[in-house]
Amino acid sequence: MTPSRAVEAFARRHRYHPFEALPWLAAVASYFVFPDYLALGAQILATILFAMSADLVLGYAGIVTLGHAAFFGTGAYTAGILAANGWGEPISGLLAGATAAAFLGFLSGLVVLRTTGLALLMQTLVVATLVAEAANKASFITGGDDGLQGMEVWPIFGWFRFDLFGHTSYAYCLAVLFLCWLAARQIVHSPFGRSLTGIRENVRRMHAIGAPVALRRLVIYTISAALAGVSGALIAETTQFVSLSFLSLERSGTVLIMLIIGGVGRLYGAFIGVPLYMVAQNRFSEIDPVYWYFWIGLLMVLVVVFARGGVLGLFDRFRR
Amino acid sequence: MNTPALETRGVYKSFDALTVANAIDFRLERGARHALIGPNGAGKTTFVELVTGGLQPSAGQIHLDGADITGLPQAARVKRGLVRTFQITALFRRLSVLENVTLAVCERQGVGGGLFRPAGHHRAAIEEAHTLLEQLGLEDESVRPVNMLAYGRQRLIEIAVSLALSPKVLLLDEPAAGVPSSESGTIIEVIERLPSDIAVLIIEHDMDLVFRLAQRITVLVQGSILVEGPREAIAADPEVRRVYLGERDPG
Repeated sequence: MTPSRAVEAFARRHRYHPFEALPWLAAVASYFVFPDYLALGAQILATILFAMSADLVLGYAGIVTLGHAAFFGTGAYTAGILAANGWGEPISGLLAGATAAAFLGFLSGLVVLRTTGLALLMQTLVVATLVAEAANKASFITGGDDGLQGMEVWPIFGWFRFDLFGHTSYAYCLAVLFLCWLAARQIVHSPFGRSLTGIRENVRRMHAIGAPVALRRLVIYTISAALAGVSGALIAETTQFVSLSFLSLERSGTVLIMLIIGGVGRLYGAFIGVPLYMVAQNRFSEIDPVYWYFWIGLLMVLVVVFARGGVLGLFDRFRR
Repeated sequence: MNTPALETRGVYKSFDALTVANAIDFRLERGARHALIGPNGAGKTTFVELVTGGLQPSAGQIHLDGADITGLPQAARVKRGLVRTFQITALFRRLSVLENVTLAVCERQGVGGGLFRPAGHHRAAIEEAHTLLEQLGLEDESVRPVNMLAYGRQRLIEIAVSLALSPKVLLLDEPAAGVPSSESGTIIEVIERLPSDIAVLIIEHDMDLVFRLAQRITVLVQGSILVEGPREAIAADPEVRRVYLGERDPG
């Protein structure tokens, strides 16, 4: 008997689709088309990584969180404090940021992931608030309210200096985002990643097929925290500044808004929602410096009313 | 005497003043076709939860194949071959039929937590899932999301997912509940054709189905076993007729 089409389709689903090249082509093209906006572009790329990390827990595993900034900020402060105290090597800074954030994700995950739904949401919020308050109190090392001063980031590989125009920053963020995307994509298409979708869709069934649900949730929470940490470290290194706002509730909320605008649970939502939000924010705040947030709010309302699955959800609807 | 496939000894469970399982001694023999019946609220589904590990008994032991599993988490019991279906379909509704079954096969094979190979490379698992769907006549629907299928088909997938776990003991919680009678025939046929080495316990309201499928019947009333015996004896038992069979099901 010939192997069935269903089996073939399943066995091929992880293969690369030509559409997946689009964000990368767009990112490379933007480098040449908008040379005056590379600093903003680098921020966007690093924030995409943050949103993608949130998508892994929220979109795939169904873990609702309002505390993802805890990991973002931990990564940023780790890389920042190293660079302000004589170790400005950027790549080891990223790894240190990832490790610290993963450690925090693992420890807090042990506690908060015992719950689900609203209780979980509140607990993630509590963790982020605790971390922010700790950073505030430890002003002798974090700079507290004034932010972390005096970061000195060394050239990448001892060669590529971070320049004023953001050429290096942009390329650096793009390369790191690409590597992290490869890893995230691998995870999503692995049996582990598929089982996360199972946990999101029906946790009772996951228990009933013998899956160690708690362990799976803890693993993805830790991985996601590490990626958020890389993102924070990237922004710290490229802007050479870290402040308490990196740990704020607003940061946790904004990343969710960006993700929801793009589309949750599809890995590419971040690639659409983040640029859309950040470019809109940039434009609106120039056109209307006082009320720009109103326009962002309006954009959000439109998405919720007309495009429940985000921008990518709209594409799906037209395809059918 | 043979070790039973599943045995409960004095299993007791109460929620405050409400006793939902009262010293239940129950044996499910190897390869048995056994039914657990009882009026609404008799504690049938609670019993399933206690056996599978969804609830912890307040007292008593549960043995699977002679080994005490009372303290084991649900996942570990599944790994030992204790598998259940749900009274209300519990599937991954937005995933395809094939994926629903494949996820179960992957967990049984112990590769469900693998991070480094794409799921598509676990071809043996996918093909096994597909073969299972063919055996149940579901192969034409394997690429469709579960929530697009008729409820009767979903009940079959519920069984397919549990078979993917290679059960030794299979607890079917009202396998035909909510299914129109025109479709319940298929479900009965599938249950009749289950491999004879699987011990099957059917929790059911539908008496036709029970008397057709089960050789032994246990009647549960208010958390206690009222009577147990071969189906002919149960059908003739005046006590059973009074508390159960004689009453019209209000639902």
